[in-house]
Amino acid sequence: MNVIRFLLQNRMQVLELTEEHLWLVGWSTAFAMLIGIPLGILTAHRKQFNQPVLAVANVIQTIPSLALFGFLLPMPWLGDRADRLAILALTLYALLPIIRNTYSGIIGVDPAVVEAGRGMGLTESQLLFRVELPLAVSVILAGVRVAVVISVGLATIAAAIGAGGLGEFIFRGLAMVDNRVILAGAIPAAVLALLADFGVGWVERQLKPR
Amino acid sequence: MIEFRNVSYSVDGKTVLAGLSLHVARGETLVLLGRSGSGKTTTLKLVNRLVMPSAGEILVHGKRNDQVDVIALRRGIGYVIQEVGLFPHFTVAQNIGLVPKIERWSQDRIRARVHEMLHLVGMGEEFGLRYPRQLSGGQRQRVGVARALAADPAILLMDEPFGALDPLTRDELQREFLALQQRLQKTVVFVTHDLREALRLGTRIALMEAGKLVTALTPNEFLKSSDPWASAYVRAFGDGLEAAANRGVS
Repeated sequence: MNVIRFLLQNRMQVLELTEEHLWLVGWSTAFAMLIGIPLGILTAHRKQFNQPVLAVANVIQTIPSLALFGFLLPMPWLGDRADRLAILALTLYALLPIIRNTYSGIIGVDPAVVEAGRGMGLTESQLLFRVELPLAVSVILAGVRVAVVISVGLATIAAAIGAGGLGEFIFRGLAMVDNRVILAGAIPAAVLALLADFGVGWVERQLKPR
Repeated sequence: MIEFRNVSYSVDGKTVLAGLSLHVARGETLVLLGRSGSGKTTTLKLVNRLVMPSAGEILVHGKRNDQVDVIALRRGIGYVIQEVGLFPHFTVAQNIGLVPKIERWSQDRIRARVHEMLHLVGMGEEFGLRYPRQLSGGQRQRVGVARALAADPAILLMDEPFGALDPLTRDELQREFLALQQRLQKTVVFVTHDLREALRLGTRIALMEAGKLVTALTPNEFLKSSDPWASAYVRAFGDGLEAAANRGVS
């Protein structure tokens, strides 16, 4: 109950931090899709890139998030603004699920369908945009869904380098040893993760080939 | 119409096809007969350049097929495979109308063509709105044939198109193929390992073994042939082959 009262009393700040949080998650997911989906397509079509690309994405995934934020701090231009830095770090984390699912989605398209399409005289890009991507879209979006949920959670750490977001409450609450303040950051973050999961899931169902 | 000139194909040091020379005349149904791994599917794919030869050349309409635009080449050649490969996210009508659509035909012309093709393969217009998974195996293969014929290609390549069907449906589709071919007079290259099907559908049978062309004979010549491979085939399939060779609509 105390938490709810605290949230209501500070609703303007909660909204502001939620907005910051969404900003971080939104941009990083967008960048990760922009980079990850083409990389996933590339690895599916050119098998020799599969191992190296996935290896790099895997290694990134194993770096502890706090350490990655710290590593990136001294970088020029990026280090100037904490939110840029946080977006870069979150983008890197979101890459793996997106690349991996794009790869699996494209690889999972029935080879007979691709062969028939090629034999009919579809160009490689027609094959990609009319056949492979539409058939892989639900698998790719499942990867985006995982990426978004991870990002919403990880973005709370971004507050440690001053990038804002709901993590501010969490870190402040930790410093003040006040559970109300911690929960004021954690609960909206959890709700956000659930909503994002539901939202991408809905888009996934709309786009799914019947 | 189609000519193979001393064509060889090897992959990873393994010879799949060696020194193949073969001519397919306009309007004939040439059946490539052979066991698995004899190179018949490779031979078929050489025509529409899904496979490029290691040596030799392939002429289509009198031109080397590696000197023409590959997309235009393929759009002028119908291609039917055993797994059919219908696009599962497209309706039957969209499947049949895809090549006409990317060739920028008008909507009306595509619609008319789709209906014409559905009738040609003995299906009603109402099938146009269905999705491939709502069809039986035989219906799917009919749509596969309709799709291959949609842009009115002069050449049709068929890779064991009826191989996965039950005997009754296969018989039905073979009969329809014969009727269709009588009307359309396409140049057909047809791959099968079933001698009965080869005798029934082919105007000529090219027997392949271990990447080589053994012989190319008409169905009746094939039955009387003293060639050891041909007679081995005839023995393996047993009695009743004459009926098939004489286009017996059994």
